[in-house]
Amino acid sequence: MDEFDRAIINRLQGDFPLCERPFAAVARQLALGEEELRDRIRLLLEKGVLTRFGPLYDMERLGGAFTLCAMSVPVADFTRVAALVNARPEVAHNYEREHRFNMWFVLAAKSQAETTRVVEAIESETGYPVMQLPRLDEYFVELKLRA
Amino acid sequence: MSPIDERIVRATQAGLPLVEAPYAEIARRVGVGEQEVLSLLKAMLADGRIRRIGAVPNHYALGYVANAMSVWDVPDDAVERLGCAVGALEFVSHCYRRPRRLPDWPYNLFAMVHGRSRDETAQKVEAIRRLLGSALRAHDVLYSVRILKKTGLRL
Repeated sequence: MDEFDRAIINRLQGDFPLCERPFAAVARQLALGEEELRDRIRLLLEKGVLTRFGPLYDMERLGGAFTLCAMSVPVADFTRVAALVNARPEVAHNYEREHRFNMWFVLAAKSQAETTRVVEAIESETGYPVMQLPRLDEYFVELKLRA
Repeated sequence: MSPIDERIVRATQAGLPLVEAPYAEIARRVGVGEQEVLSLLKAMLADGRIRRIGAVPNHYALGYVANAMSVWDVPDDAVERLGCAVGALEFVSHCYRRPRRLPDWPYNLFAMVHGRSRDETAQKVEAIRRLLGSALRAHDVLYSVRILKKTGLRL
């Protein structure tokens, strides 16, 4: 990653223009060629430095039902439970954390009834309770990391 | 959400095409005009259905290896004011109110904090603790150990 990649990441975490030639507009600001900008973004995506590039939707406002879930899983059983949880398409991401509650995942479904159904299925499959922590209010969401 | 909005979401949620005119390309796939795609995306950005348009970096790849979920127990009648103050800190990426689950889980305010080392993240958590001051009743910090799955939210 060089200084241009850093500039791209820092410039492009929001405000990608809504116009006919957005890459040309950003390339001018960064003193890069338009094609080079796209090539660099493609490479950053391939290398996993960027996880995606495009509109970041607020799925809850689009009409879905979401909930953060936590489980306390014995270390000896962690791999089995992780496989069962990850196999569910409704599980959008899942993190292991250092805590008694060591597994944290987000469930996304079309309705509250469906998230409840998935939670109950995970509980019966794994044998462990799931603590549901849906967001009640949001004070800030704007991931901007300096590269 | 209108059927056209939904088609645009489906056509863009995995990312924008890396071509000269990406919105024209989306318009072709969805079967509407480029200007319509632009105006519908602008409307979704304005009403918050789109948070932002751009690049989503991988924390770890940028050297942010100490990623913590900090959780705080503050009085319910102060959580909104305190949540806004915590969310305004430049190093907090997400800040939410969530329900307590007593007796296991007494925390009602969540703030995600990212650092390049645990020392750096711990200093940021300490800054939140100072900010909450006497309103704070209990807190905890849950460092992420590894990502088990990350497909993102999809419609």
